[in-house]
Order: sequence, then C-alpha cells, then structure tokens
Amino acid sequence: MWEQIRSNQTRTIVLVASLGAVFLFLGYFLGLVFFNNGTAGVIVAIIVWAVMNLVAYFQGDNILLAVSGARKIGPDDHRRLYNVVEEMKIASGLEKMPDIYIIDDPAMNAFATGRDPNKAAIAVTAGLLQNLNRDELQGVVGHEIAHIKNRDVLLMAMCSVLLGTIVILAWYGSRFLFYGGMGRSRRTTSTGRGGGGAIIIMLVALVLMVLAPIAAQLIYFAISRRREYLADACSALYTRYPLGLASALEKIAKSPYQLRTANQATAPMFIVNPFHRKMTELTSTHPPIAERIRILRSMAGASLADYDRAYREVKYDRRGIIPGAAAAGLIPIRAPSPEPTDEVRQARETSDALWRLGSYTIIECPCGTRLKLPPTFRELQITCPHCGRLNPV
Amino acid sequence: MIALWIVIGIIAILIIVFIATYNGLVRLRNQVKNAWAQIDVQLKRRHDLIPNLVETVKGYMKFERETLEAVTRARNVAQQLPPTAGAGERAKAEDELSTALARLLAVVERYPDLKANQNFLALQEELTSTENKISFARQFYNDSVMKYNNQTQMFPSNIVAALTGFKPGEFFEATVAEEREAPKVSFP
Repeated sequence: MWEQIRSNQTRTIVLVASLGAVFLFLGYFLGLVFFNNGTAGVIVAIIVWAVMNLVAYFQGDNILLAVSGARKIGPDDHRRLYNVVEEMKIASGLEKMPDIYIIDDPAMNAFATGRDPNKAAIAVTAGLLQNLNRDELQGVVGHEIAHIKNRDVLLMAMCSVLLGTIVILAWYGSRFLFYGGMGRSRRTTSTGRGGGGAIIIMLVALVLMVLAPIAAQLIYFAISRRREYLADACSALYTRYPLGLASALEKIAKSPYQLRTANQATAPMFIVNPFHRKMTELTSTHPPIAERIRILRSMAGASLADYDRAYREVKYDRRGIIPGAAAAGLIPIRAPSPEPTDEVRQARETSDALWRLGSYTIIECPCGTRLKLPPTFRELQITCPHCGRLNPV
Repeated sequence: MIALWIVIGIIAILIIVFIATYNGLVRLRNQVKNAWAQIDVQLKRRHDLIPNLVETVKGYMKFERETLEAVTRARNVAQQLPPTAGAGERAKAEDELSTALARLLAVVERYPDLKANQNFLALQEELTSTENKISFARQFYNDSVMKYNNQTQMFPSNIVAALTGFKPGEFFEATVAEEREAPKVSFP
C-alpha cells in the first residue's frame, strides 16, 4: 500500500517539470535578448540556479530552525511529545528518530525540515502542545513525519530555489532591458541586424519576464498543496485515526494567534499556513483548512484509498489526489485513545519543558508546590514559600 | 553473428532483471526483519515497565490483588516465551498482557490519590505510549509482511523467490476484537 504514494509522484513530477520549463524558457529568451544566443542564456540561468542551490544546501535547514527560535529538546524534556514522535516514527517505518524542537510561541503550528530523512527535524509550537490532546498531537506529528518520509522537504526546497531563480532572473532581466538594453537595441539597429525578428523576441522576453514569476509561483503553490493533501492522507494511514488530525486542524483554525517568526519563504513547511490573510485557493501554499477537515472527517477507513475517495466526494474532483490507491485493502479506523484531556496537565507539562530549556531547575515540594529555580541560583537548599519546608536543591 | 549478440544481450538483460528482483526481495525481507525487531524492542520495554508499575500501584490498591497478579502473571508468561516462538504464539501471549493491563488501568479510575501521584502519571504516559508503539510497530510489520509476501507470490518475482528460497512471512495477528473494528457512531 506504500507504492501508491509513488503514483502520486507522477503528477508532482509533471508540475516540477513545468516549473523547470518556465525556467528554461525564461533563460532562453533572456539569452536571445542580451547575447543574441538562447543557449548562452540557458547556460547562464543554470549557473545562477546551481549557485543558489549550493547556497541553499550549505546554509541548510538550520536557517529555518534558527529564524523560528526553535529549541531542541531531549527525551525527558517533554515526554509526551517525544513519545508521540517516536510512535509516528515507528508507524511510518522511518529509520532514524528525527530531532525535536519546541518553539516558544502561543500560536499553534508545526513544521518539519531535513532534506535527508535520516537528518530530519520536527518543530512544534508551545501553543500546539498546550492545546492538543494525544490523538490530535499524533495526527499533526504524523503529518510532519509524512513530509519527511515522502521527501517533501527536499522537493519543496528544490522548487523554491527554482522559483527564486526565476524571480531573480526576471527582475534583473527587466532592469537590464530598461537601462542597459536601450543602448543595445540602438546598436543592433545601426548595424542593421534588428528588424521584425528582434522586436518579436524582445516582446516575448518582456511578456515572459512579467508572466514567468507569476506562473512559477502558481505552479509552486500547486505542488505545495498537493503535498499537503498527501501528507494528510499519510497521517491518517499512520495513526489509523483521521479524526485526530481533523480535530487538531479545527483547534488550529480557531486559534487567534499568528506565528511571530514565520515568513513567506518558510510558509509551505508548516502544517497550516502561518498567515491569517485571506487567500484564494489558487494562491496559497496550503489547501483551505475547512476542506482538509471535511475530507478527513468523511473518511470511511484509514487507508490512502479512503482518503482518495473522501477527497473526490468533497472536492467533486473525479481524478482524486492519490491515483491508483483504489487497490489498497481494508484498513479500519481505530477507536479514540481513552486518555481524558487534562488541559491543566498539558499546560504544565509544556511550561515545564520551556523552563527546563532555559536551564531552570524544577523542584517538587511535598506540599505540592513547584519551585522553579533559575540557573543563577547557587544555594544548596530552598525554603518553600508556601509551607516553609526546606528542600534540597 | 548478430543473432549471437542478440542472444547474449537477452541473457544479460535477464541476469540484470534477476539480480534487481533478488535485491528487491532481500530489501523487503530485511524490512520485515527490522520491523520484527522493532516490535521486540517495544515488547521488551513493556515487560521492563511492569514491575515498576506494580510496585507503584501496590501501595494504593489494597483490594486489587487479583488484577495486579494477573498482570504480573501475563507478563511472566510473555517474557518466558522461547525466542523460537512464532509470531502467532507471541501475539497471543502479548494480547493477554494487553488485556490485563487495560483492566488494571481501568481500575485506577477508582483511586484518585494514585491518579495524582507524579510517579504514576509518568508511568502511565510511558505505558500508554508503549502500547501505542507496540501497535504501530505491529501495523508496520504487518504492512511489510504483506508487501514482502506479495512480491514472493506475484509474477515474475515469484520465480526468483522460488529459485532462491524466499519463504512467505507470518503476520502478527491482533486477536483483540475491538482493535479490528471501527468505532460505531449512531445518531439518535
């Protein structure tokens, strides 16, 4: 049943190829305009792209983790989160445990990074940890693990570099055309090589410079949305419980906070778009959250085929999102975990993890008071302000 | 001469296909083995957690000796299975342990003091998670076995499998009925 994911790849490849085609076209016509040689333009474009790729590769994923202020946690900093990630790692058959990060932010969001599934990381906001119960957290983590397992991080990184190159080429191309290009066109007419052909090429190049970035952006969004649906489907398959992710998405949609550290470039990595701005379906990295919830809620089983069926019903789209998934066997949805949601405990767990990340020591006084000692505290004993007991540090 | 080259070419292609199929089968078999090892790790972890749990719970639950003993007994039976025991036998013993544990955790609801105990809360988290990990490992194992078995039985890889002695794998079957059924939702 894992093979079906591969047939979804085909359509992604078509989209990526069209992104590449836009890129080559732009390079070719810019070459025609500036060097009178399309091939030279393509070569220059590819060199620019290669350099951008190198930069992106060496600066690595740590940029995303660094700009979002994520802090790495160990197994004992937040047991529940660590356990849930390990559960999903096992369910997906991922070989290595990803690193786990917490972002101290009340917004509810999560993302995955790592080009290589063996060097991946998952980051979760404190808001998410505080508000989601185990099943919901499992759904979100399953979605992120699916991004890692399906190598979406690598795919989206490649696509965004391609998109960035297209935007840069078009921008510099148009500048040169307006300032430097004027002189060139005069020169070509004076040597008599101009004429109708040159003007047409110029026009095509102009149109491409305006349209290519837009087209590239739309294709990029289409790829991103497709991967989101697929990650939702995989999350349902791993957890055997699509309702967990559905109710997590509901809570996330209701949350009033917006992630402070997100920006346009990092948006497709998150589980939901970190921006609240209204967007039409065409110009968003993520499918509308309400639609994702409806698909997950109307799944009859937990298999990819069930997701595909639900997708087709909700979207009135005959083609579905995971072609070829129909052959999968019956996979029933499991019962919800019996664990009651104790919001106070969840909030405390998360705040403890954050205190500990700030090198605070937490001491439980027998009277039930919790003392949080800053790293600068050097005494050997501390008096509980509540009951007056002396506690060893 | 050309005919000879064609024959050699066809043989070369056949050999390459054979090698590729064989390697694919080996990869799948290794995946099955790894998945099995993962189940083992989690089962062992559960066995290790139980004495700790029983110790913590004992002081609070004076009247639940039988429930506690059932857990310890089921754990010992499961732990003492010889390593040669098949997947089916293991699954049965472990399912019994699961049932006993579920009964114990249900009884805990009657003891509010216990539910406030930090040590117990940490243990409960570990136990819940280990149960989940077991069922996820089992899920992945069964998926892997299915994939591997399909390869060994479907044409043309079944020829390679038969020639090189790949045997179909055994599923780790869940016998707990409710695990197999989707929750029923009814509207009044």
